[in-house]
Order: sequence, then structure tokens, then C-alpha cells
Amino acid sequence: MNRDFTSLLEKLPEYQEKARDLSEILLSNLVMLSEIPSPTFSETRRTAFLTERFNEYDLINCSTDEAGNALGIIPGKTGERNILIVAHLDTVFPEKVDHTVTVEPGVVSGPGLGDDSLGLAALATLPILLQHLGIELDSNVVLMGTAKSLGRGDLEGIRFFLNNKNMSISSGICVEGVKLGRLSYNSIGMLRGEMHYVVPEEYDWTRFGAGGAIVNINDVINRILEIPLPRRPRTTIVLNRLEAGASFNSIPRHAELQFEIRSESGEVVRKLGDQIADIGAEISSETGADVEFKVLARREPGGIAFSHPLASHARSIIKALGVHPRISPSTSELSAFIAHGIPAVTIGLTQGENHDEINERLEIEPVFLGIAQLVGLLVAIDGGFTNES
Amino acid sequence: MNLNDWLKHNTFHHSQFRDLAALVEEKKKLGLTISLCIPTLNEEKTIGKEIVIFRSELMQRYPLLDEIAVIDSGSTDKTLEVAAAFGADTYLASEILADLPDKRGKGENLWKAIYQLKGDIIVYIDADIKNIHPRFVYGLLGPLIFRPEVKYVKAFYDRPLAFSQGIRPSGGGRVTEILIRPLFSLFFPELTAIVQPLSGEYAVRREVLEQIPFPIGYGVETSHLIDVYSRYDLNAFAQTDLDQRVHRNQPTRSLGKMAFGILQTFLLRAQKLGVISGLPEISTILRQFQAQEEEFEMIAHTIVEEERPPMNTIDAYNKMRAGYKKKKKGTP
Repeated sequence: MNRDFTSLLEKLPEYQEKARDLSEILLSNLVMLSEIPSPTFSETRRTAFLTERFNEYDLINCSTDEAGNALGIIPGKTGERNILIVAHLDTVFPEKVDHTVTVEPGVVSGPGLGDDSLGLAALATLPILLQHLGIELDSNVVLMGTAKSLGRGDLEGIRFFLNNKNMSISSGICVEGVKLGRLSYNSIGMLRGEMHYVVPEEYDWTRFGAGGAIVNINDVINRILEIPLPRRPRTTIVLNRLEAGASFNSIPRHAELQFEIRSESGEVVRKLGDQIADIGAEISSETGADVEFKVLARREPGGIAFSHPLASHARSIIKALGVHPRISPSTSELSAFIAHGIPAVTIGLTQGENHDEINERLEIEPVFLGIAQLVGLLVAIDGGFTNES
Repeated sequence: MNLNDWLKHNTFHHSQFRDLAALVEEKKKLGLTISLCIPTLNEEKTIGKEIVIFRSELMQRYPLLDEIAVIDSGSTDKTLEVAAAFGADTYLASEILADLPDKRGKGENLWKAIYQLKGDIIVYIDADIKNIHPRFVYGLLGPLIFRPEVKYVKAFYDRPLAFSQGIRPSGGGRVTEILIRPLFSLFFPELTAIVQPLSGEYAVRREVLEQIPFPIGYGVETSHLIDVYSRYDLNAFAQTDLDQRVHRNQPTRSLGKMAFGILQTFLLRAQKLGVISGLPEISTILRQFQAQEEEFEMIAHTIVEEERPPMNTIDAYNKMRAGYKKKKKGTP
């Protein structure tokens, strides 16, 4: 291993300790960000909060772009390269959910903490942490809270930025709250689809096979489950959400199914998507109901290789912190970087439980390891260790 | 006094003081020190967050507060451990001025804070606020820092979660609207300008705090208003809208006890000030009912509104302050 990189690894404990010095600022950022409800398409208040923080640290170009992303740049000494660090502003929780966060010794709990308020809090704290560590990078560090990322948002914020940026981005880091040790540097092929099953108002309920929307969507599900999946390339179909019917005393007329196809092969994803669309059309012709098939999001597989210096140095940093790296593909912001050919990784910051539930709990102590990992990675990218020779 | 004029000039919104750098600069210029007191009794669930947010935002990032202290009435949960773990100074009320006979109540903690804390201004914030935010503190400090004639700043909360348009009713909680506002309207009409006289969040100059007595129970907020008003006038007060405050809601029976305590304090004060006279000896027993099937049972609660004298009548305090002032003067 390069001697300079070894000395970088030796600095990780110092990064961890200095991050601990700022634990109150980090926790306070986490609480205040988390308590701002931010469902996808309604992130404005979080955007404003984050931009205000960037402004207070005298970052340059603090702004909100057309897509609602919150941006700020820590200027580098030479500014020859730009490293983009992102965390998403939106959460899976609607406005009406009680967003109160509780802070107890060692643990913080509340909705949306890990996905991705902690990532945002890390972004909001990073400028002051680098200052506290006396680290001045050569590269510009672009910090961005990305809007409209989840679900129907379909990464709109980061895609907008990458499509319209007036600077070249050399590398990217996506910061997720959980879990420490997670490492993604490639994206799998994915299709998120939705099937609406609607029985027309004038439907003749005496006809053969008339069983209502629930029975028919059940048929759809059974047929999806009958589709043979290849062992290689690895492929799965996940049924994510089902909504149907209203109450007793009324035959259900509506049903809605959401699903996700994931595969290492983009071609397999496309074929399976077509097959499911066909199932919808078939059920429609059999029952006389309207079946609408919608693709909500697509990802193409791709990313950097296992042996790419960014991937291998990220693994070394995680290992040096005494954490076992868990490599998994990602379908989040990382795939937007991949689509633009920008080497990037997704990392996690801490351990927790009840992920994406109202009573999510995060451990505070591992956060400092997670932050040390982020700083280590940033310094490694800035030092050129992650460049492909 | 024209109450509408007073409302216009002495009623603020917290957002008017959100420029913390400007607040800190003015505070430094005036040479002020500011202490935050959080009175507690079994608040382990909410205290950690309050301390983290206030320390981070109002001490580390902007040095508006010089100390944060939790004064506890003897919690049986981990309130003090949690507060200390997040860096607050923690005190048991019974251990402050320990020579005096022990009394229990929120007012006792507030009173003892005058002895224990060093600030020229003390901000009191309850510990049960779920949606805690730095505005709870800087919103109350703003008028004291920028307006030397203001001595006592009260919080009020006015941010409807849903309202269509136009005029909407505004004011306090049930006890305020059913008891305090009618009483003030009858006997201290100018004090009706205070939107939420019972709010537990306020910031006060030490020179005022040390001169007024403290009921240790439910009556402390009401007595403060009457005492400061009769010593100065309405211009000594300001009030700040802190938007929404999310906290536990109390059952009506608990509010009955609260109203009973407040009424005792009010009547005795009003008599002392000559506003009413001929008051008979008043009872300290509140009777409430409970029923089991057809059987009614009367529950008697003894609620005695004890009072601590003005802090500047306590020798230990005067000695301690004299020493502190001398030390402060000697500091380069």
C-alpha cells in the first residue's frame, strides 16, 4: 500500500476524536433537520435550513437550484477538481407524521433519522469539522442536499444538477445514515412499476370471472410470481405495496400494486417489465377492467469495478476503522453518478434499528467512526489516491 | 395606557431576533451575562434534546448563553444523569441554600436559580417542550438585549395548525381564558394585554427577580405579573410569539388544582395591594369527585401556596452576590 495512504489511515482515529468534539453541533443539526417534515416534492423547508447552514459557514455559491437542491461549495486551494458529496433531502414520511426526535445518552430516535437526516447533518457539519481538523483540500467540495430523490421523485434533483452543471465533477460520495460499513460502488438494473386495476362504473357483475379488484389483482400477483427468474444474472421481483378495496358492503373496484424488478442485467429488467405489462393487458382482456401499467423509475446497471482505486481505498478505510465492509449494489443517487460516468461510492454512517419506521433508533457513538470514514475518503480522493492510473 | 399601543410596541415575533450574531454583539457591548434555567421533574425523555440544541446553537455556535443549568425537584427517573451526560450543569433544588427548610415545587426551583446562576438575565424554559428550538431562548432575550427599559419578557404561542382566513381567536389555554383573563379584566385590566400570562417560558433581569417573592407552586407566573406590574408598570413587560409549542396536555381535573392554587395566590396578592379587602381566611382544600358505579366519593386535595421571600432578603445571597460583583470588577 502506498506509504502516503497508510499515513492517511493512521489519521483516522484523530478524525474520529475531532468529530466527537463537535458532537453537539452534529446532533443539533440532526435533530433540527429531522424535525422538519420533508416528504418527496415538499422539501422546501429542509432545503432552506441546509442552505442557511451553508451560508453561515461562508461556503461559496450557497444557493437553491431550480430542482430544489441545496448547494454550497467549500473552496479548495487550487480548485482544479470538484468532489460532489450528496445526501437526499426527502423522506418517506408524510407531513402529518409526528417528527419529534428524542435524544438519550447513546441513542437518538425518531422518523427519518437514518434515511437521510443523518447524511444531511453530516453535510451541514462537514465544513466546521474540516476547519476544526485544519484540513484544507486542493479540490472544491460541493455539498448538496438533493431534492425529489425517493419513489416518484426518481432522483430528479441530482439528475437535474448533473445534467445542467457548469463544472466537471471528478468523484462523488453519497452519504446515507445507515449502516456503517455499507459500501456501494455499482448500481443494479432496476425498474419500479405500478399497476392500476380499475373496474369500470358500468361493469356487469354477473359476467363470468367477476370477482372484484382484489381477486383480480391477486391473479396478477400469482402470474407475476409464476415468471421464472434466472439464477444468473441474479434477478428478483419484489412486490412493495398493495392497496385495494374500501369497506364491507361494496365490491372493490380499485386496486393498485407497486413492484420493483432488480437484476444485474439491464436486458433482463426490460424483458421482465414487458412480461408484467403483458400480464396486466391479459387480465384486462379477461375481466373487462381497465389495467394501467406505469413505469415510475428505471436504473441501468453499471458502476466502477471492484479493483477501481476508489472502491479499494474505500474498503481499506472502512477496514482500518475496524468495521467489516458490506458491499451491496445501490439504486439511489449513486446510479445518477454512474449514468454520467462519474466514479462514486455510497457509504453509511452509523448503526441503527427500525429503519424507515416511525420509531427508528440510531446509535450515536458509531457516528464518529462514520464521519471519520467520510473525511478519510474525502482526503483520499483529494490526494489523488482514488484516480485510475 | 393605551393597550393597543403597548401591544404594538412591546409584542414581538421570534423571527425579529433570528440574527444571532447581532444579538451576541449587542450582548457583548452591554457586558451582559445570561443564564438559562430549566426546572425539571422527571423529564428524561425531553431534557437531552433541549440541552443538545441549546448548547450547540446558543453556546458553541453563537455564545448567547453563558451557562445552562437544570434545577431538579427530585426526579425519580434519569433526568439529571441525561442532562449531565449532554453537558448541562445539574443541581438538586434541595441542595441549593440547603440551610432553609425544604420545599417542593416548580417555583422553588425558579427561585433557587436566582441564587445558583450567575447571569444578569435568567431565561426560564420548561423541560417538557417536544418541539424545542433555539427560538424559545433568543426570542425571549431579544427584547431585553435591545430595549433597556424592558425587564420581563413573556412567551406566547400563536401559530394555528389550520385556519382558513381572516380574524381568529387568540389567547391562552383553558385556565388562562376561564380564570386569569376574567380576574385580570376585573382587577388589573392592563395585564390583560399579556396574551399568555401562564406560559412557563420567560426571561427576566436579575435586578427584578431578586426583588420579588416566589410562590413555589402553581401561582408563580401570576404573582410575577402582578408584582412586577405594581412595582414598575406595563412598560416593564414585553412578550414574544414563539409560534407553536408542543407539549403534554393536562386533564381538566389537574387544571382544577392549578386554578385553585393560582386563585389563592391571586386573592392574597390583590388583598395585600388593597385591590380587594375583607377577604376571610381562605381554605387550602380543593374537593373533587370520583364515582364508582352509583357511589360518589369526594377527594380532598390540600393545596397550599407557600411563598419564598424576595431573594435579596436572604443573607447568604447578598453575601454571595457581593463577592461575585467584587470578583467581576477585579477581572481584567
